[in-house]
Amino acid sequence: MSEDKKLPDPSALKEEILAKYPPKIARKRAKSMVINDSKLDQEVQSNVRTIPGIITQRGCTYAGCKGVVLGPTRDIINLVHGPIGCSFYAWLTRRNQTDPGPEGPDGENFINYCFSTDMQDENIVFGGEKKLKQAIQEAYDIFKPKAIGVFSTCPVGLIGDDVHAVSREMKEKLGDCNVFGFSCEGYKGVSQSAGHHIANNQLFRHVVGNDDTKPEGQFNINLLGEYNIGGDGFEIDRIFQACGINVVCTFSGNSTMGAFERSHTADLNLVMCHRSINYMAEMLETKFGIPWMKVNFIGGESTAKALRKIGEYYEDEALIAKIEEVIAEELPKVEARAAEARKRTEGKLAMLFVGGSRAHHYQELFKELGMETVSAGYEFGHRDDYEGRKVLPTIKVDADSRNIEELKVEPDTERFNPRASEIKLETLQEKGMEVSDYKGMNTDMADNALIVDDITHWETEKLVDFYKPDIFCAGIKEKYVVQKSGIPLKQLHSYDYGGPYAGFEGAINFYTDIETMLSTTIWKKLKAPWLAKTDTDPCICAEYVA
Amino acid sequence: MLLRHTPKEIKERKALTINPAKTCQPVGAMYAALGVHGCLPHSHGSQGCCSYHRSVLTRHYKDPIMAGTSSFTEGSSVFGGQANLMQAISNMFTIYNPDLIAIHSTCLSETIGDDLNQIVDKATTDGKVPEGKNVIFCNTPSYVGSHVTGFSNMCAGIVKGLAKHTGVAKDQVNIMPGWVEPSDMREIKRIAAEMLAKIVMYPDTSDVVDTPQTGEFKMYPDGGATVEDIASSGDSIKTLALGSWASEDAAKLLDSKFKVPYEVLDIPVGLSATDRFVEALSNAAKVPVPASFVAERGRLVDVVSDMSQYLYGKKVALFGDPDQLIPLTEFLLDLDMVPTHIVSGTPGKKFTEKIKELCAEKAPNVNVMNGKQADIFQLHQWIKNEPVDLLMGNTYGKYIARDEELPFVRYGFPIIDRIGHSYFPTVGYTGGIRLLEQILGALMDKIDASADETKVELVM
Repeated sequence: MSEDKKLPDPSALKEEILAKYPPKIARKRAKSMVINDSKLDQEVQSNVRTIPGIITQRGCTYAGCKGVVLGPTRDIINLVHGPIGCSFYAWLTRRNQTDPGPEGPDGENFINYCFSTDMQDENIVFGGEKKLKQAIQEAYDIFKPKAIGVFSTCPVGLIGDDVHAVSREMKEKLGDCNVFGFSCEGYKGVSQSAGHHIANNQLFRHVVGNDDTKPEGQFNINLLGEYNIGGDGFEIDRIFQACGINVVCTFSGNSTMGAFERSHTADLNLVMCHRSINYMAEMLETKFGIPWMKVNFIGGESTAKALRKIGEYYEDEALIAKIEEVIAEELPKVEARAAEARKRTEGKLAMLFVGGSRAHHYQELFKELGMETVSAGYEFGHRDDYEGRKVLPTIKVDADSRNIEELKVEPDTERFNPRASEIKLETLQEKGMEVSDYKGMNTDMADNALIVDDITHWETEKLVDFYKPDIFCAGIKEKYVVQKSGIPLKQLHSYDYGGPYAGFEGAINFYTDIETMLSTTIWKKLKAPWLAKTDTDPCICAEYVA
Repeated sequence: MLLRHTPKEIKERKALTINPAKTCQPVGAMYAALGVHGCLPHSHGSQGCCSYHRSVLTRHYKDPIMAGTSSFTEGSSVFGGQANLMQAISNMFTIYNPDLIAIHSTCLSETIGDDLNQIVDKATTDGKVPEGKNVIFCNTPSYVGSHVTGFSNMCAGIVKGLAKHTGVAKDQVNIMPGWVEPSDMREIKRIAAEMLAKIVMYPDTSDVVDTPQTGEFKMYPDGGATVEDIASSGDSIKTLALGSWASEDAAKLLDSKFKVPYEVLDIPVGLSATDRFVEALSNAAKVPVPASFVAERGRLVDVVSDMSQYLYGKKVALFGDPDQLIPLTEFLLDLDMVPTHIVSGTPGKKFTEKIKELCAEKAPNVNVMNGKQADIFQLHQWIKNEPVDLLMGNTYGKYIARDEELPFVRYGFPIIDRIGHSYFPTVGYTGGIRLLEQILGALMDKIDASADETKVELVM
């Protein structure tokens, strides 16, 4: 970042924010608010407990496990063991699109259904295992699914129901149905992030590697950390298909159990959302020898870059040529649309507080629109998502993280097969490709940008007041808070029910949607005309003259 | 088909709930607490509860929904959540300066046995509650009842924490409106004002979750029943509790604590329930029913008589909450429609009894079920076995409506794919006209869209 484009120094803002907090809390929050300086290695305190009462964006472990990672898979019955609410709130609210089309109109798709054991007080007192068993049996009898996932909610862990034992027993009893459990009680960990890890573990333990059928394509990849929200995965699949790249499995947008089972047969893992799925990438590499690369399909340029990385990995001239052909066909349309949109977006300011990757990825799209990201942060990211994986060895494992199981993975005695030599991977790494690596968000941000982890409501208000951004990106809980302040908010969990935003067509959609939001007339008419007038204007409530 | 796996054949279920017609207690407590002015609701449990409840309420109202959480970790789940709650209370008053905090529990804090009474006492003794501020609370174990139970429990919590008795009787009537929309609460206040009846109504979420866009965010919007008004309810002449499930417990508590007698009425949805409400308010407040109400009522009756040919004999499937379903069923019967399948996930034996009693004459074969396994999956299976002409329920009904090609009127909670419920009431005579407009619109849109080209009618 050159000096002349340097963002305003937010030091005074940070002080003002912290001044409101009691001293102990101010000290803690100060470590999660970092004024970016590219010359320094700066630690962003993250993945630590949220302070009670502070008003956080964060959700729970169950949400990360059932909602995020397992939610998008269509042919598994996700049975939530707990009181009714947990299953109810995760029912269709994440917009995971799925297409059972290939299996015909009768293809299995349970995504539109919500399953729960609806625990009652007697189940809390006397235990809920019996009811869980019965519920699994009933689900099987009615739907005959090939898999049932059982998700523990808070009280289940407390009363000691053993969902894993029940699942094992029922799997054996049913014979042709893979039943397995997740200990994803909401109180575990400090955010959704713990739930992602738990989901990765159980998918790896119970599903991945169950089917050794080799894929038919020439270039077989898995796409990890892409959840097909608003059809993102469909757009990426379209591009892959055009390039002749075969997707064995997406974790977990538009996925099926069968695809998970065969995922260990791919040559390469591409990681989109590093936070939610890096565990799977690492385990697949250790056990089966599949290398992984960080990619980003958010943004036209990023999409082209990600495709070229795949070409470089395979070192296949025909593939490289095909990829270039696709880019040459698609990218100019994207650039033309960006150029048009920039007339209205150039120089505008954006802020992003969302997710564990999105706050980073979407900065690309804003760059393409000529917009500046003045402040950003994750809801449930870890230090490596900010500072890069180079800090992994220095991250202190606290009690909350220690409670989340780390699977001990060894190379598979028969199926371990390193897809690429160490030398090749090192060469790719030297070329600047993030092989088994992620450089994090900070390095892509301007100096003086304010990085805030697990932002609180108070901080949100102060930031909006200080920067007066043209657009704020966050989730549904923040949406109307920010909009009531007169600033449009783009939801980056649900895309405000639009999208896709990934890939080439997604970029075009995003430009159009941001252009629309910045050009919407109503934001200029928030004040009643008689109130908008200055003091010197004639008063409309002039004295009544008889 | 969206719900392609729902079979026509009904198998008995004892343990599995599929597509629930209810959610859990705490969200109701959060909504009720928002109906007190200057109140910051607080969820004593894991972060996810608070996040989910704020999310669904935000989607329903498209307005800011603020609340705190105790952010339980594994440690607090083992050692108890007292430290978290004490810290939360202190932080919320310091950082967010509400007039009061309304705490509700969750299945987590209930299962470990956190004693809210004791913790709030300790917070007060330890000076964590600033002078002139209040902390109220209620228990909302998610494994008992439903979201309606949670609303009811917070209403009782409001009475317990804020209502007072000065010994000087006040010439006013308390109204507990039940779980209705801000538009409905506004309409109830308008009806009372038009009757010149002096009322105190709580909770009152109008001007809290339907706030104007002025470019200024207010953490504590202008609306909500004030602490002073609620305090005065212990001196009122009488309480009208609208909806037995949501309002009766609070009214009963006010009676037992302060000898304010109460009467339970249906939420005034439709003609007959509104008639009863107007008469009850007139009697309680000792004010005459104004002439204007004859006209208001007459307009509703006029629409029904004008359009009855489109309504008569049409079969309706409904799902939602007991307090709404009961007067709605009565209204449908007044319209000569036929309530055919009715489910509510909210338990309570008197629901099915009441529905059967209402339907005894005109719809004796009504299928009705509530509580365990009374879910939308069951309703859908009933519809497959005995088709209907109209479906009424929350947004989740649209999957059935699309599969079965049914006209669909959104009614209840949550409605997360349409607007209107915040602004246009369905209570009172005028609200009845809105319901009719929606019902007729849905039925006639289908007629228009599906009629043979030779049979399309210009005038209807």
